[in-house]
This record gives sequence, C-alpha cells and structure tokens, in this order.
Amino acid sequence: MIALKTFKKGGVHPEENKLSADASIQKLSFPKQAIVPLGQNLGAPSKPLVKRGDEVKTGQLIAKGESFISANLHAPFTGKVLKIDDAIDSSGYRRPAIFIDVQEDEQWEEGIDTSETIVREIKADKQTIIDQIKNCGVVGLGGATFPTHVKLTIPEGKKADYLIINGVECEPYLTSDHRLMLEKGEEMLIGIKILMKALEVEKAIIGIENNKPDAINHLNELTKQYVGISIQPLKVKYPQGGEKQLIKAIVNREVPSGKLPIEVGCVVSNVGTAVAVYDAVQKNKPLIERVVTVTGKAVKKPSNFLVRVGTPIQLLIDAAEGLPENTGKIINGGPMMGKAITSLDVPVVKGSSGILLMKRDESQRNSPQTCIRCSKCTMVCPMGLEPYLLAKLAKLSLYERAENEKIMDCIECGSCQFTCPSYLPLLDFLRLGKNKVGQLIRSRK
Amino acid sequence: MSQFIISGSPHVHGEENVKKIMYTVVLALIPAILVSIYFFGIDAVRVLLIAVISCLFFEWVIQKYLIKGPVTITDGSAVVTGLLLAFNVPSNLPWWILVIGALVTIGIGKMSFGGLGKNPFNPALVGRVFMLISFPVQMTSWPVAKPLFAESITDAITGPTALGLLKEGLDAGKTVDQILADPSMPDYLDRLTGNMGGSLGEMSAIALILGGLYMVWRKVIDWQVPFSIILTVFIFAGIFHLIDPTYYVVPSFHLFTGGLMLGAIYMATDMVSSPMNISGKWIYGIGIGLITIIIRMWGAYPEGVSFAILIMNAFVPLINNSFKPKRFGMVANKK
Repeated sequence: MIALKTFKKGGVHPEENKLSADASIQKLSFPKQAIVPLGQNLGAPSKPLVKRGDEVKTGQLIAKGESFISANLHAPFTGKVLKIDDAIDSSGYRRPAIFIDVQEDEQWEEGIDTSETIVREIKADKQTIIDQIKNCGVVGLGGATFPTHVKLTIPEGKKADYLIINGVECEPYLTSDHRLMLEKGEEMLIGIKILMKALEVEKAIIGIENNKPDAINHLNELTKQYVGISIQPLKVKYPQGGEKQLIKAIVNREVPSGKLPIEVGCVVSNVGTAVAVYDAVQKNKPLIERVVTVTGKAVKKPSNFLVRVGTPIQLLIDAAEGLPENTGKIINGGPMMGKAITSLDVPVVKGSSGILLMKRDESQRNSPQTCIRCSKCTMVCPMGLEPYLLAKLAKLSLYERAENEKIMDCIECGSCQFTCPSYLPLLDFLRLGKNKVGQLIRSRK
Repeated sequence: MSQFIISGSPHVHGEENVKKIMYTVVLALIPAILVSIYFFGIDAVRVLLIAVISCLFFEWVIQKYLIKGPVTITDGSAVVTGLLLAFNVPSNLPWWILVIGALVTIGIGKMSFGGLGKNPFNPALVGRVFMLISFPVQMTSWPVAKPLFAESITDAITGPTALGLLKEGLDAGKTVDQILADPSMPDYLDRLTGNMGGSLGEMSAIALILGGLYMVWRKVIDWQVPFSIILTVFIFAGIFHLIDPTYYVVPSFHLFTGGLMLGAIYMATDMVSSPMNISGKWIYGIGIGLITIIIRMWGAYPEGVSFAILIMNAFVPLINNSFKPKRFGMVANKK
C-alpha cells in the first residue's frame, strides 16, 4: 500500500454523503425539446452555425468556437432547430441557446463510431490529437469547462513533466467521476495515454481519495497494462480537487500565485475529460453527453445518469423518482461549490457534474452573528489567506488593500464559510471583492 | 418567483457554532472547578455563582437598557467570562468586590467596545486587574487550601501564595534553597495538584492541563499559544536559574505556581483578544512568557501573568498586521 498523500495547508472535512456511489451509470431517455446553451465553456461563447428550421443530426457541429479560448458545440440530438433564443441557465441569467425539437429515431453524423468496442491503438500524432480534441468541443469536465485543446497547447519555453488526472471528487454527494472510473476505466486510461502523447510527458498520475477504494483497486489492476500511468491514493480532504491543491498533494509543487500549473511542469485534467478525449480521438465522437449524479437526502433513488447535453434537469429528477416534496434548494454541482438554480427547465451542460436536491430545512442559512475572531477561517483556507479580513475589506470597499492581501488567489472553495462558527457569509463578500478587484486590475491595462 | 431558495455556495455548514465553542470551554473548565470546590468548599461555589450570575446580569442590563439591542446572554460567552473571573480571585473575596469586578469586566472590558468579538483585552483580566489595583488587600489575602475531607486545623487561615513567599524571601535576603525549605512553602506534589494558597482556579495544574488538552482536541484553542508561553517561561527562567541558582528559582517552580497555567491555557487563548495567524500566535505567546518572568523576577508584584497577557493583547492588532499566514504559491519553486 502506498502512503496516503494530501495537501498541507488548510482544508476541511464535510460530511461525504456519497449516496449514489453504488448506483451504476444509466442511460437517460431523450427529452421532447432540448436547450443547448451557447456559452458552455470558459471563455467566449460559441457562434451558432445553424438557423431556425434547420435539420440537425446527432454529433453535427452547430456552433463554432472562434476566439482562442472557446469551444465547438455539437448537436446532442437529431431534430429540428426550433429557435435561437435566450434561456435561463444555471447561473440564473438568460443567455442565448439553441432550442432543438428532438426527433425520436436518432441519426448520427457520418464518421462517428458509436459502437462500444474499445479502440486501444493510438494512431493519431500530437497535432492530430489536439485538432481532434478541438473539433470535438472537449472542455474540462471537472466543472471549470476550460477548453482542453488550449490546455494542451503548451506555451513557448515551458515543458510539462507530469500529467495529473483528477479523480478526487472531493465535493460531497457527487459520484459521477467515481462511477466513470469504475465503469469506463479502460477508456479513461486510453484517453490519458492520448493526453500524454499530446503533452509529450512520460508520467501520468491519477489522484483518488481513499474513500473510493474500489476505484483505486480497479484502476491499479488496469494500469498494469499502461506504462507510465500510476495511481496515487489521497487522504480525504476538501478541496483536494482544486488544481493547485492536487498538484501540491501529488508532486509537492506549489503553483505560484496568479500562475497556471504549467509553471511547475504540470497539466491537470479530470477523469471525465480523459474519457471525452478518448471518444474524440479514437471514436471521432464529439462531446455531447456526460455523467451526471442526481442526489440528495430526500431523493428516492440517488442515481448516476449518462445524459445528453441540453436535457432539462426536470427529466433527470423524474428518472430519480421525482422531486421530493420538501425540496428547498436545487444545486447544479456539489454542496460546496455548486450553484443554486432557479428552475427545473435549466439544461444539463458540459460542466454539470451533479444535481443536488436539498431539503428545505437544510437549505436555509443560519443568520449571521458577530465575528468572534476565532481564526478558524484563516486556519482552513487552503490558499493561506485571511478570509475574515478580506471579507471585511470588501465590505468597506477597500479593494486595493484586498488586492495586496491576495484576494485574487481565493479559489472560492467555501471552506471559510463552511467552518465559520458565526455563520458569516464570508465567501459572498470574497466574491464581491474579487469581482471589484478584477475590474480594478483590468482598468489598469 | 421561484419556489426554490437561491444563495451562494457553500450550501452546507460545519457543525461548529459560537454557542458550542463557549460551552466546550465551560466543559473544559469543569475539572478545575471541581478541584477548586474540593479545596475551598462552599466558598468556591459562592464565588463561582456570584461571578457568573453578575456577568450574565450586567450583560443583560447593558444589552437591553443601554444599547437597546438584541440580548445574547445565552451564547455562553458571559458564562465563560464569569467563570474565568471567579478563577482569578481568592475564595474569600467579599461579594460586593466581586460584583463590582463583574461590572468592570462586562461593562468596560466587553460591552464598551461593542460586545462579543470586539474587545481588544481579555475582559476577565480587565476585571481582575481592576480589582487587584483597587482592592489590593482583599485581592491578595489567600485562604490556605483546606481539602474538603481533611481534618480542619484552624478556620479562616490566610497566607501568601508560593510566588509571594518566594518574593518576600528574596527581598529578605534569603537564598532560594532556604525559601524552598521553609515549611510553609508547598512541596512539588502540592504545587502540581493545587494543594496551596492561591486564586480559585489557578490551583491545580493537572486539572487545567486536562481541560486544555480537551480544548485543543476540540479545536477550540490552538496549542501554539499555551505551548509558546510555557516554553518561553521555562527557557527564560531556566537561563537565569543556571546563572545564579541561589537567587533564581528552578524554572518548573514558575510553571506550576501562580496563574501561569490558567493564564496560558484559558486567558491568553481567548479567541477575541489573541492573534489570528499561527506565526502571530507564537510571537504573542513568547511575549507573554517574557513579560511574565520579567514581572515575577524584577517587578513589584509577585505575579505577572495577567499584566503580561493584557500588555500583549494591546499588540495583537499590530501582530495581525505584521505576521501574515504563509500564502500558498509564494515560495520560489525549484523546477
């Protein structure tokens, strides 16, 4: 047994509540109408290539990523474009989306391999891999949705030593990555091999928290066939899935403030992304579906579904045997970093890892009391910041001081607010502060 | 509009809250409370009750009639303050002095700054030092500990504390060895278990350490503050003991007498008035240790922990500004 590693600074241990850990991935049925938002990736939204009335096939390119940081978007269903209009997304804003009337019998775009056979041999060369990932609209599926082809394009003068694969899933409740590792382990490893080829690295390390011993054992078995890929079991601690924390935990390197992982020779990718890379390169299959966990303490059947992008979450909740009566909050993502959503019409996007239904009595925040200066927020901050101070500076609009106190290093993990005995909305103020300081920095350019 | 609650992440909260923290401290104080009752009997109960009830009463009066804001006496902070105040006085203190002390503690030490979380100084120590300066005779006449079940020798004996004996002896020109050999000086075991004269709660080092370990385990206090105070006292006193053992007593004497354990574990660690960062906690603890020994060795008072803590309390904002936590990603990476 390899010694467990973890990151050193800060961190908390929320109740894990992995209710759906044993529910194998099920294919979800198709909706009547799909809503495909154009801005599903970090960076610029994709530009639509279709118009009202167009017939689309599954996997057909329907919107193109034109600027440097942007991604392609493909039709997740066969059907007719109803309109391009604004729709509420998980942020609560109305943003442009392509509405598709879904047709029952599915027709795939030509050249896509939809079979289940595993293609092991990697024929594509470095450039083909990157192009194919770009064409297929692959973005980081861990939640940040950063376009993968951009990540693979290493800046001049830098070199990657390690590819680090994030199988941590430190968010409570969520199990989509866990199930993926168990059920698509082989595809994932081939995907990792492809990423290694594109990055020209010799070593890839998959970090998995040891609350998933089945995934660790399964992948340990499988990696025997794959040279250069190893598994690193990690101690359970939130936010270990944070890029910087994961790098620190696995290779003990610290990404400098304001810099990217490549600065310390690392590239981090999520297990889901590795599977999407496999699909893109080996099967020519664009990213149109992902695994989404539907869970919550009152949910009758906590499940993991393989869902097409654009499916309204109502359908997922129905498949998990309905919305519990006492639901007070619906969260897109996990309880620590997920976003509360306003409506059941919000569609699944590339970045949706789970739908968490919280009971009404667990949804309400406790009313904030006065800060007792216990310094717990400072002790748990994984970035070594002083949340109590930054929140106060943001409250007082002292943005320049907040900048000097490194507010922009905040990764919004929420550990401070989670731990605050006075129930202070620390992260609310930190977000406000980051927003204002960000404006300040941009205005100087 | 929407039937669902919308709020920013995180959507879950840990188990900790202010009330829990305060009652954890109360729980941690129970061993020391029991020891004080064992040694001082009904007097200890009387002092504890008067202090706690007065603190709660003054907080309630001030919040309700002076500030006219929400009353938060159930949060447990006034109970903790009251207990600590009682721990810092002799068991035979007249009740009216204690009530005045509680008024100063809550009124000036805590509420005048805005209540819980705002006070720069440890309120119980503000009250204690006020009483020490205003009523020096009553505050320094220490009833000798009289274990509950032991045969009572004489009633109402008062005598100096071990530190007081030391100071008097040194002033009279005796050597340390002569002073320690004096029959009125409590021996080692007595000093450890608290079988000696002194304030209510500073008696038994073992009981205080027990409570301290519990608080560290429950993460209510950080070990750095008590540890750095005790270590500094030990090293600093040790250096002088090595230089002149006839004038400077062995360092362990300093650790188990007077209010050092009480101060280091319960008073200096007060969340509100201690530093926020680990490096700051070390500086703060070292400062308290140094000042304590300086006062004990060369000051006018035999005891210096209270003053040391209050002095270092005043430096806390400066310490917080000067000693920042180690930020992530600030080290030069060797690639």
